[in-house]
Amino acid sequence: MIRSLSIPERQVALALSVALALLGLAMAAAARHGAMAVHGAMAMALGLALLFALGGALYDPDAPADRARRYYDEPTRFGIVMTLCWALIGMGVGVWVAALLYWPEATPPWPATSFGRLRPVHTTSVIFGFGGNALIATSFHVLQRTSRARLADAISPWMVLIGFNLFCAWAVTGYLMGSTQSKEYAEAEWYADIWLVVIWVTYFVLYLRTLARRAEPHIYVANWYYMAFILVVAMLHIVNNIALPVSLAGAKSFTIWAGVQDAMVQWWYGHNAVAFFLTAGFLGMLYYFLPVRSGRPIWSYRLSIVSFWGIVFFYIWVGSHHLHYTALPYWVQTLGMTFSVMLLVPSWASAGNAIATLNGAWHKVRDDATLRFMFVAAVFYGLSTFEGSFLAIRPVNSLSHYTDWTVGHVHSGTLGWVAMIIFGAIYTLVPQLWGRETMAWPRAVEWHFWLAVTGTLIYVVSMWNAGITQGLMWRTYDANGALSYSFLQSVQAMAPYYLLRTIGGALFLTGAVICALNCRATMRAASEGATATDRPLAPQPAE
Amino acid sequence: MSRQSHHEVEIDPITGHETTGHDWNGIRELNTPFPRMVIWALSLAFAYSVVAWVLLPAWPLGRDYTRGLLGLDQGRMAVENYRHLEQARADWVVPFASADFASLATNPGLMARAMPAAARLFADNCAACHGVEATGGPGFPSLADGAWLWSADPAAIAETLRYGINSPHTDTRFSQMPAFGRDGLLTREQVAAVADYVLALSSGNADPDSHGAAIFAENCSACHGDAGSGGLGIGAPVLADDHWIYGGTRDDILATLGGGRQGVMPAWEGRLSPAEINMLAIYVSRLNDGGNAGDGR
Repeated sequence: MIRSLSIPERQVALALSVALALLGLAMAAAARHGAMAVHGAMAMALGLALLFALGGALYDPDAPADRARRYYDEPTRFGIVMTLCWALIGMGVGVWVAALLYWPEATPPWPATSFGRLRPVHTTSVIFGFGGNALIATSFHVLQRTSRARLADAISPWMVLIGFNLFCAWAVTGYLMGSTQSKEYAEAEWYADIWLVVIWVTYFVLYLRTLARRAEPHIYVANWYYMAFILVVAMLHIVNNIALPVSLAGAKSFTIWAGVQDAMVQWWYGHNAVAFFLTAGFLGMLYYFLPVRSGRPIWSYRLSIVSFWGIVFFYIWVGSHHLHYTALPYWVQTLGMTFSVMLLVPSWASAGNAIATLNGAWHKVRDDATLRFMFVAAVFYGLSTFEGSFLAIRPVNSLSHYTDWTVGHVHSGTLGWVAMIIFGAIYTLVPQLWGRETMAWPRAVEWHFWLAVTGTLIYVVSMWNAGITQGLMWRTYDANGALSYSFLQSVQAMAPYYLLRTIGGALFLTGAVICALNCRATMRAASEGATATDRPLAPQPAE
Repeated sequence: MSRQSHHEVEIDPITGHETTGHDWNGIRELNTPFPRMVIWALSLAFAYSVVAWVLLPAWPLGRDYTRGLLGLDQGRMAVENYRHLEQARADWVVPFASADFASLATNPGLMARAMPAAARLFADNCAACHGVEATGGPGFPSLADGAWLWSADPAAIAETLRYGINSPHTDTRFSQMPAFGRDGLLTREQVAAVADYVLALSSGNADPDSHGAAIFAENCSACHGDAGSGGLGIGAPVLADDHWIYGGTRDDILATLGGGRQGVMPAWEGRLSPAEINMLAIYVSRLNDGGNAGDGR
């Protein structure tokens, strides 16, 4: 990857590595002990490793002279490798914590492996590590292809990817050491949050600069979705994570939000993380890879544009549906509920647009597991958005809230929709970017597909049953007006569902392991060839 | 920047729709007319929302908000629902607010309705320490073995529930086993001798003339009674039986003698209502007499 940088760029990168190492040193020296010191040491080690790598290759042959005429795919390749690594970590820990719920007595006797610390390791690893790397990697690919322009510069894509992965590593290692803001999906502490803001602004600027160089008159809808993802996630992240550190030399901080405002800001963030991280970005992915793989035009241009604005407009209102029947004022709950219901229309319009795009390519869906991943993703997108709007209706929520139905709903979205579209994109990209016709083991894709679908269905159906059972047990009164079940009985009733959930998750993980091995085999057999399916890059201005 | 202008508009053979003429790395789009169904769905969802906004509290108006025609207020609704529930079960709950345990326990109709509820209260509040079957565990007394620390009387059990043992409540029961070893009240040999004696007491072959017996009489019997017969009323367990809170091996007894014990039972006053506490007291008092306590455990 260093060979793709020109010698002056290598010097800049060297300076940035020194800066990272010094930042890490300063953090470690200031904190002296605790999570922040460990994180400082991690940053310093990363900075030094990059320093040595760059220093050793500083005066290697310069970057190929014709590189401006080619797409910049090295960052995408790195991002895909990281996506696969985080998939294994995140899904592996997911199966582990699922098993702990069934065998709680198997919890190892160390603080770091308690359920409360492992659970955010799972969520952060899959959402940010697996999902985030996939989004960044594919966004670089899609942006360049649909703009017919090379990424605007050579260093900032690496800053984005390496910096983002450092953030993820800081976050999950912090949880293991007990460092957390106690905000769901925003557990990382203040210095990691500031670091992510820097990375994210770099990402957005890179995106805009590249888009400004585009050789196509119009901006493809996938780019609208990716931009909404980058921009709104920055906004959510900053507002929800405003906090006062106890000391600049320590990890602990306290949020400036208090009481019900804190809850509202948290779920405005939390639900829009679902909306803009787990939906908008992945719709961008879907809008590129589905037509490319199926060879079909997008069914309706108009629908794609209207759905985009509908999704962006309605989603931002709906976070309060996480706080039905709480101290949050009723009127905020009503708004969250009604906007959630209206949101179903653009959501289904997007899912319908994707599925209608496959008209004329159903034989390919039948024969090509990669395209089938994308088709199933669109179906699960439709299913989980329907379920989401339904669960947001207040009286329905009174049954489902605090139960495993929520967990089932989330996984129908993350396993069925997000992970499936990622795997579809990976199986499309990996052969293309590593210069091969197909994956090394095409049959394994088929295996992965069925493992993933079976695992998802077992997981989701068992959690639906678990959640509805819990909700009903908690609200059943006997003839005398006393509760019919103790809470303990509702926990005991979960055992078979928790076992099934573990099995479903393990099947899904097995599929991901097969995917990672398949990708590794494909990458190892890579040939340094141009990517044949690409259109030629438009002439570029001198860099 | 060079901008390649429009590609050709084509007719897609499968749908019969025109393409828009855009082309992104081979991706094209159809100029399919906006589906009417989507407009209908959006109108329907919007109509639902308008109805909800009219009926329910919905839009903020500076310091106030639109109240909605139904006049709903979730705080008031919660209080009212709770009150309804209280009224619906008042006929069998209210009698338990009185502490006349003898007449409560002899009212079969009342007991038949209250004991299943008490079983759930036990599972929700007590089972975490005392066990699902009330059989206790290390540090947490069994409530099902008929060996009582304070009294088998429901009134006394209710007092324990209300105020706790060694709890922060001002009326708490207080009970402490001193740390004879750590605090130097007894020497190591004395501790060992009395441990052997206590072990022998529980198996019924203690030697009353032994060295341990003498130490026991001097240091332990004030609370635990002569020959470990127990001190009901001060929470000192009977030592002459086979029931143990902290374990009955020689090592366990040495640990108890060495470091003392100050077990805590929380005070439930304020967390459970007086009627619930009395219900639980009767339930717990019956745990040891073979399933009369009620079902649902």
